[in-house]
Amino acid sequence: MAFEPREPQKELKYEELRIYSDEELNNYTDEELKKFKIKHKVPMCDDLEKGPWPSFVADAKREALHRKKLGQDRLMIEQDVVEDLLGQLEVSFEHGETHWKHGGIVGVFGYGGGVIGRYSDLQDKFPSIAHFHTMRVNQPASKFYSTNYLRSICDLWEFRGSGMMNMHGSTGDIIFLGTFTEQLEPIFFELGHVLQQDLGGSGSNLRTPSCCIGKARCEWSCIDTQDLCYELTHYYQDELHRPQFPYKFKFKFDGCPNCCVASIARADMSFIGTWKDNIQIDQKGVKAYIGGEILPNGGAHAGKDWGKFDIQKEVIDLCPTECMWMENGKLMIDDKECNRCMHCINVMPQALWPGKETGVSILLGAKAPILEGAQMSLLTIPFITAEPPYDNIKEKVIEPVWDWWMEEGKNRERLGELIQRQGVQKLLEVLSIPAMPQVVKEPRSNPYIFWKEEDVPGGFKRTIDDYRTRHAR
Amino acid sequence: MPTVDFEGNTFNVDEDGFIDDFNNWNESWVRHVKQTEGIEELTDEHHKIIEVLQDYYKKNGIAPMVRILSKVTGFKLKYIYELFPSGPGKGACKMAGLPKPTGCV
Repeated sequence: MAFEPREPQKELKYEELRIYSDEELNNYTDEELKKFKIKHKVPMCDDLEKGPWPSFVADAKREALHRKKLGQDRLMIEQDVVEDLLGQLEVSFEHGETHWKHGGIVGVFGYGGGVIGRYSDLQDKFPSIAHFHTMRVNQPASKFYSTNYLRSICDLWEFRGSGMMNMHGSTGDIIFLGTFTEQLEPIFFELGHVLQQDLGGSGSNLRTPSCCIGKARCEWSCIDTQDLCYELTHYYQDELHRPQFPYKFKFKFDGCPNCCVASIARADMSFIGTWKDNIQIDQKGVKAYIGGEILPNGGAHAGKDWGKFDIQKEVIDLCPTECMWMENGKLMIDDKECNRCMHCINVMPQALWPGKETGVSILLGAKAPILEGAQMSLLTIPFITAEPPYDNIKEKVIEPVWDWWMEEGKNRERLGELIQRQGVQKLLEVLSIPAMPQVVKEPRSNPYIFWKEEDVPGGFKRTIDDYRTRHAR
Repeated sequence: MPTVDFEGNTFNVDEDGFIDDFNNWNESWVRHVKQTEGIEELTDEHHKIIEVLQDYYKKNGIAPMVRILSKVTGFKLKYIYELFPSGPGKGACKMAGLPKPTGCV
């Protein structure tokens, strides 16, 4: 079933929304660009224009020239904001130190997050970046765009911001880089009322969810990652915009264990698509790989001669659970031993596919090192179905975990740290699921085992006098 | 450091409009912040939140977590945003004279 948005999408027509004419958008010649010098001397930045990779410095200079030619009366913040940014960057290169002040608290009314305040500590020298706030704009799932949309947000940002962006932030948002405080509300108004577009998350809240490309362009996606991402983003808008958690919390959605959005490493709640039945095998396809008619791994290793494809060496011997073998020219898989690592499917995409009985594994607690050390997510729910409207996931997984963490989490304690502190057993209790061997890689090796009083005959209340009747001091 | 002159008081503030020192706070500061934080009418409920924040800060040296603020005042987060459109951090803490929230914002 094709993905359907929750509410009708406004069809954005750039021609109706545009701020700048075609002449203004293409307002400089190559000749002018060659001659163009920004107002500060930036020898170290200039060095970064050499070499084959797209240079952010060269791009920034284009933008600086473009803004200069647009002129101040066509721009809401200083036209030389880009030049001042490069100027300050050069000073930072010289000093080996940042020149942004600590923190910054700005935002839009009604939201507690979405804007990252930032102020230069060299404001006299670089007045155009005295304020250089970042706005996070919630991206569409998997980052598919039309040029109508992109042109519209670009015009808005050129007019009210620096014209510089990150496409995209690590969490997924479109990042508007650099504007002044008084522009925040107007930008927010235009985004919401004209472009039907919301801010992303920042602060101690649900951050902007993101997902892999999913069923849109991938044969292996076991769940509709975009639909799930979009649905949960909409459903938890309040948690996203108004911080109420002990600390930040991230969702990420991967269609299969290849983890193209790295949910297992970068989300407190990682959703990874998987299947319960057998891997689908097309024996004709297997033969074609063996015969060399199809390149292994979709031709990913074609840049080097690795010799003729050897199914034994490249697939069967590399299977982590050793559950594959060849029989009478057929590839056999003992699926109950398969741990769905994706390797054989990755090598032979035209012969093997994930099963048909699909769902999602939910893993919890990934985080970066601060404070208690880095963690990847811990398998908690081995398999749960993922069908719209995903009530099972909302009610049985997300909300119990949040209730527990919001009640028990210390200030700035990530979910992964709470699981460490109170134990996986507590997490299983919170989710009302039984302890399963799948939740551990190996059983504990120390004998410091807690028992509940009700599980111990006679309980914990004993008297020493009773003991002394049998054992004298 | 910029200064604000209001009702005959002079306050030192940072770029985000937070007061430089909790000890320089007085009632007049509340009326000054009201103008910039989208608050039409100061009510007893605004004052209750400010009082809770200040008591907690005097006792603990930090601002309370959002959950604790909700618990102690009995106001749901949604209602706190109705009172302070910028939210408990940027709106209420600023008005109460507490230091600027820091960390991953």
